[in-house]
Amino acid sequence: MAKKKMMKGNMAIAEAALRGGMDIYAGYPITPSTEVMEYLSGRMIDLGRVFIQAESELAAINMVFGAGMMGKRAMTASSGPGMALKQEGMSYMARNNTPAVILNVTRWGTGLGSLNAGQTDYLRDTRGGGEGGYRNIVFAPNSIQEAVDITYDSFEVAEKYQNPVVIMTCANLGQMEEPCSFPEFKTERPTFDWAMDGTGRGIAARQRGEGSIEVVGQHTLDKVNAMIENEQRWETFEVEDAEYVFVAFGLPSRACKDTVKALRAKGEKVGLIRPITIWPFPVKAFAKLGSQVKGFISVEGTNVGQMVEDVALATKKVKTNLPCYLLNHGGNLPTVKQITAFYEGVKAGNIKEVF
Amino acid sequence: MAKNIKAPEALKPHRFCPGCGHGVIARVIMEVIESRGLTNNFILNRGVGCCCNLRSIEVDGLQCSHGRSCASTRAMKLLAPDTCFVTYQGDGDAYVIGLQETLNAAYAKSNITLITVNNSNFGMTGGQMAWTTLPGQITTTSPYGRPVDGPLPIQIPEMIANSFDPAFVARASVQSPAEINKLKKYVEKAIDAQMAGKGFTMIEVLAPCPTNWGLTPEKAIEHVATDMQKYYPLGVFADRT
Ligand SMILES: Cc1ncc(C[n+]2csc(CCOP(=O)(O)OP(=O)(O)O)c2C)c(N)n1
Ligand code: SF4
Ligand SMILES: [Mg+2]
Repeated sequence: MAKKKMMKGNMAIAEAALRGGMDIYAGYPITPSTEVMEYLSGRMIDLGRVFIQAESELAAINMVFGAGMMGKRAMTASSGPGMALKQEGMSYMARNNTPAVILNVTRWGTGLGSLNAGQTDYLRDTRGGGEGGYRNIVFAPNSIQEAVDITYDSFEVAEKYQNPVVIMTCANLGQMEEPCSFPEFKTERPTFDWAMDGTGRGIAARQRGEGSIEVVGQHTLDKVNAMIENEQRWETFEVEDAEYVFVAFGLPSRACKDTVKALRAKGEKVGLIRPITIWPFPVKAFAKLGSQVKGFISVEGTNVGQMVEDVALATKKVKTNLPCYLLNHGGNLPTVKQITAFYEGVKAGNIKEVF
Repeated sequence: MAKNIKAPEALKPHRFCPGCGHGVIARVIMEVIESRGLTNNFILNRGVGCCCNLRSIEVDGLQCSHGRSCASTRAMKLLAPDTCFVTYQGDGDAYVIGLQETLNAAYAKSNITLITVNNSNFGMTGGQMAWTTLPGQITTTSPYGRPVDGPLPIQIPEMIANSFDPAFVARASVQSPAEINKLKKYVEKAIDAQMAGKGFTMIEVLAPCPTNWGLTPEKAIEHVATDMQKYYPLGVFADRT
């Protein structure tokens, strides 16, 4: 690996995608994701690859759809209302078994949203988002280096399952700079018997996407089950004897980790589960916890609680009826002080659980 | 003179209504593709509408989402510039829900061929009004006839020809063998221009939808040749092939 370089999150992800073999990028500008396409507009030309400034996110996702069906490595990025426009195309891609990478540099909130670093797309993105029943693997890195590493291999993950992969960062992670190092350009490229190339060899794949309810339904179920089994990723911190476990992903997880350190120094038995994939949700991490756990605290940048629902479901793997609390820090990153105060409230019985 | 009337090999039985225009157009396209030796270097993307039935043609191609086929096809062409691409769409698909993607593909001088089947309604969903519907025409969403003082039938070939410097734009009809022969010539021109890298090519084809028009196939053909042509003149609007 080369030596470390200070780089903005959005640009670092763009560079990682290039090195991971991205053949085509199509997108439409929207803050806080725009640096991805600005950066690529020159780099893709330099490398002889395809860059399209599309007329809308609708067009962009459908460009990615077509490219993915040709077995090419295709990516798009957006945020808030732009991500909303991509959902129909993403559903078509789930149906047609199309690999691609979609980056959501999240905003906070509904409608036009705000430029804060929210996590309010959690339920939409982890549930598929478009029509029909399907899932996308959703990675939620908490540092620029982790975002680089995930992006670099994301095309292979998409190809393995023939399904879109979503990478969810946020306004802060996209805009801030951190030192990171980049892996070498990938040179090995697989070939796919399902990829359309004009010879007619894509007919079988097409017919599978257009198959009966039974065929399409079973295929989707098998794919989803395989992803749940193989792709759960997480980090745990100080959970071995923890009585209260924080659950947080993305940047807010860093403040949670600092909080765990501070509380541990005071003798409090707390720990952290950090989902790296928010879908599949790392239920396996919960299954490993001991019976000393008294409750979970979901720390999330939402308004109405979102991840707390997954936390509540995952607690079934620990024991029944454990309380799940929600610290909803909205569109601002939580502070150690804020999380500590919340924890103390929980411990003192002053805060009501959500589930 | 002996004529080869064998159907192109990739063309399999389809499921259009009797007297529908789609089948003829599909056959013409496939005849041209086969005559150019392109059957195994060809991607036929479909819009959403009765053209979904073209899934029976045994060539590579995508079932695109409603209106977005021009966007998908544009990107695919850039990744495989030597492959022949046709995007086949209805008037509702290409000119109503997909107007943005259609105009932008033309604007971008995308080197693809768009074939639009104009039957002046949303055929597949049971005959609703489209922007192509004629003034006075009764549809399931214009029960008193499309208002005569309302928006005029939309003329996208003319707009594209006048605005975006396309390589070839024409309007054809399936109303008679003579017009079908012209359609074939246009398709040949468009495909040849695309393979020569000349830019955006487009053919709109006026076609009957007897089922939703409530007409016999014969009367429907007559309607194409008379009433429809008052609003949709046939001919070539741009040609720099
Ligand atoms: C997003 C979306 N909206 C609506 C539909 C329903 N729909 C299917 S086909 C169609 C109209 C197609 O009309 P046209 O393109 O003119 O094709 P035709 O059937 O007339 O050949 C509509 C509205 C859909 N499939 N997707
Ligand atoms: S509904 Fe109209 S356009 Fe559709 S197949 Fe029947 S005749 Fe053709
Ligand atoms: Mg129509």
